[in-house]
Amino acid sequence: MEKKEYTQEINITDELMAKINELISEYPADKKKSALLPVLHVVQDAHDHWLSVPLMDKVAEILEITPIEVYEVVTFYSMYNQKPVGKYHLEFCRTTCCAIMKADELIEYTCNKLGVKVGEITPDGMFRISTVECLGACGFGPMLQLGDNYHEHLTKEKIDKLIEDCKEGKVSLF
Amino acid sequence: MKILFEKLDIEGIQSYEVYRKNGGYTSVEKALKTLTPDEVTEMVKASGLKGRGGAGFPTGLKWSFIDKTPGIPHHLVVNADESEPGTFKDRYLMSHIPHLLIEGAIVSSYALGAELSYIYIRGEFMWIYKILRKAIAEAYANGWLGKNILGTGYNLDLHVHCGAGAYICGEETALLESLEGKRGNPRMKPPFPAVKGLWGEPTVVNNVESIANVSWIVNHGAEAYSAIGIANSKGTKLISASGHIKNPGVYEIEFGLSVEEFLYSDKYCGGMMDDRPIKALIPGGASVPILPPKYIFKTANGEDRLMSYESWSDGGFETGSSLGSGGFIVYNDTTCIVRNTWNISRFFAHESCGQCSPCREGTGWMEKILNRIEHGQGREEDIDLLWSIQSMIEGNTICPLGDAAAWPVAAAIRHFREEFEYHVRFPELIKDKDHFANEPMEKIRSRMMVNI
Ligand SMILES: Cc1cc2nc3c(=O)[nH]c(=O)nc-3n(C[C@H](O)[C@H](O)[C@H](O)COP(=O)(O)O)c2cc1C
Ligand code: SF4
Ligand code: FES
Repeated sequence: MEKKEYTQEINITDELMAKINELISEYPADKKKSALLPVLHVVQDAHDHWLSVPLMDKVAEILEITPIEVYEVVTFYSMYNQKPVGKYHLEFCRTTCCAIMKADELIEYTCNKLGVKVGEITPDGMFRISTVECLGACGFGPMLQLGDNYHEHLTKEKIDKLIEDCKEGKVSLF
Repeated sequence: MKILFEKLDIEGIQSYEVYRKNGGYTSVEKALKTLTPDEVTEMVKASGLKGRGGAGFPTGLKWSFIDKTPGIPHHLVVNADESEPGTFKDRYLMSHIPHLLIEGAIVSSYALGAELSYIYIRGEFMWIYKILRKAIAEAYANGWLGKNILGTGYNLDLHVHCGAGAYICGEETALLESLEGKRGNPRMKPPFPAVKGLWGEPTVVNNVESIANVSWIVNHGAEAYSAIGIANSKGTKLISASGHIKNPGVYEIEFGLSVEEFLYSDKYCGGMMDDRPIKALIPGGASVPILPPKYIFKTANGEDRLMSYESWSDGGFETGSSLGSGGFIVYNDTTCIVRNTWNISRFFAHESCGQCSPCREGTGWMEKILNRIEHGQGREEDIDLLWSIQSMIEGNTICPLGDAAAWPVAAAIRHFREEFEYHVRFPELIKDKDHFANEPMEKIRSRMMVNI
């Protein structure tokens, strides 16, 4: 299979650097590495929600740690993406409480609606569907996470509306 | 009786001003100005408060283990990772009344002699992370955090740190690794965090709900707290109720309430969704044993089952379960126990950090075997094989995730073996994904009887 290469423009703006420095200041001066997880979040958010190798190297440089220390962390945690994830990344919970509220059916419905399988991005780069484990919304399932926000008590109608709203740019991610 | 949610309905309680106006932060004044750190610890010990994160270890006792050597930094780390399936109480508390947690964290840090403390929140709760950051900034701005708090000479910095998606980071030593900017691999214990914790320094890790109780204890006294509840289950508990019930949500209950009342009263769960019969219940999050109806409402010796540490664990795992995190998951008769056990196994296989072979390999095998049983490719021997795998994981791993993965499988086979047998004997009848959805259990049983 052909392996697709993605490239990413690195852009550490002053505003982003200020955020990074604020996070670093929350740990003792000799424990900069502790800021790695929060720093990766803000860096990823500012770079289309994914982290390329050069971007990870940049984070290593900022935190004065080795690149491997960043790769180790990025590959361990599920929220860091090593590939583009589309503009709207719909992450459905599939764990027990949501499963018994028919999360599977809703995931299938959304996949059919967008014409993609779980894990794929729509050709226009707008949507990606993923399944994730329990998001701590178990009483309000089925549910999905989109950006920083939870969408709960989902129905097919709510999915239709959410997708429409995304297309019209009416959905905020943060 | 409400302790944590006493002020929940006050409009605007999320904001600093409203929280303060309604008696917020008085426990900080009382503790810092009139009590020594040891006196606060003694109060928490005497209150009988037990850890609300799942294991139920007495909070004051844990605090008393902290290495008090002067000159080295100490830390409190609040565990807000909340990833145990079925549990969503800490999220509710933090998003509705964030200052309650911050107030409790200040008093607790004072008791521990900590001058730098953290709240570790799961990365997916980014919106709550932002609420907490705002609340902490308000606490700094009003002199409850920072240098020389209330002129007492006590200094405390409190920050919130976010994870990035890994259930294992709820385990306290994995959480500390993650807070140090590493993969969430649990550490060998001993040394315990109270001796060598964050950056090798003495640290106490406590659940959000445990810490949120501390202010009330300091304000009202240990005796008032221990007067609430039953036996050694003191105070109240937040229960996250989900599944096939009418009113899913988070409820603060007094320990000692009967399970029957909790499930059927309109004040709480409101009974079963669509009035269908109950088939099974998990009382404390996905890692504790699932129970069939005969052990849900009564213990093995016929007593009423109560919402308390002791009552839920009555009978051990043969006929009881565990209060765990208070993640109360209710399943009705349309639920396929095999499918559900497979789902939970998949969760643990996905979340194993991979350090120990029994956990890494065992969770993977269990998931595969359950997958094939659920999809009609199981063999009769598979059921015993599952049993043997789970028994080889339990007790043989670095952290309790291994046990947490083993128990649900063991309990499902123990109490619902006939459903597993049904799957292997009648593969053609379980082809439909919703098998059991429309079939009463009696019919399934009678079919099994005929064929035995
Ligand atoms: C796999 C695993 C996951 C855990 N997840 C959590 C969690 O999400 N929140 C929590 O408070 N405790 C969790 N715990 C328990 C913690 O290790 C620790 O016992 C707890 O935070 C101590 O706080 P407490 O004494 O106040 O309960 C988990 C334990 C294990 C083994
Ligand atoms: S029991 Fe599982 S999760 Fe825990 S340390 Fe071992 S492999 Fe990791
Ligand atoms: S099971 Fe879906 S949010 Fe917990």
